[in-house]
Amino acid sequence: MARRDFTKFLILTSFAFTTGQLWILAKSWAAPSKQQLPGVQIASVNQLAVGNSLVFAYPGEHDKCVLTRLDSDTFVAYSQACTHLSCAVIPEPEKGRLYCPCHEGAFDIASGNPIAGPPRRPLPRIKLDFQDGAIFAVGVAQPTA
Amino acid sequence: MTTGKIFTREQRTTIIYGILCIVLLLVVIQLWLLTATMNAFLGGDQAIAFPTLLASAFCLALNLGLLRYVYTIERPQA
Ligand code: FES
Repeated sequence: MARRDFTKFLILTSFAFTTGQLWILAKSWAAPSKQQLPGVQIASVNQLAVGNSLVFAYPGEHDKCVLTRLDSDTFVAYSQACTHLSCAVIPEPEKGRLYCPCHEGAFDIASGNPIAGPPRRPLPRIKLDFQDGAIFAVGVAQPTA
Repeated sequence: MTTGKIFTREQRTTIIYGILCIVLLLVVIQLWLLTATMNAFLGGDQAIAFPTLLASAFCLALNLGLLRYVYTIERPQA
């Protein structure tokens, strides 16, 4: 009977949506804990001129991050995944921002806070450490806003 | 659960269309939940994944209950 078939179809859709939710939960549980992360050398201080950027992977090989040298003493690094829908942000230090081309989002390059477009949360900041002229990524600071 | 025997044909039709409306509404709520969860997940917010899964599973359970009722009500009468 058509009505019964239609109801069955809707319930199948309902089942698919619940499975989708389960998949998202599984993905978020599978994400590595960001509490204790190993230090990884990402570049040397001399390698990066002022105003230049470098893309690296941290903490996992698929977690793209971007390191930018703002002036001779200041380096900042953020996760490259936009906090709107995960497009890769592009550093634009000359404009003082990280730009997301997907929906015209932008983040302040000094703080990682969203300044334009749909993103509402700051970019996760990568903690840096300097030893003997080398730059190490040593952790991920979770956004607080 | 009540059987179809106590309802007339018109009553059954009305009940089934009512149930269909509720099922449709629940599916739309689930779609909204999934979209919102995916949005938050891609934005790095994983805290809402579990509560929304519970809400979605609750909607599915309601839908299954309603489907069972539709089967009961449409069972051919002896
Ligand atoms: S994904 Fe970056 S603004 Fe939408």
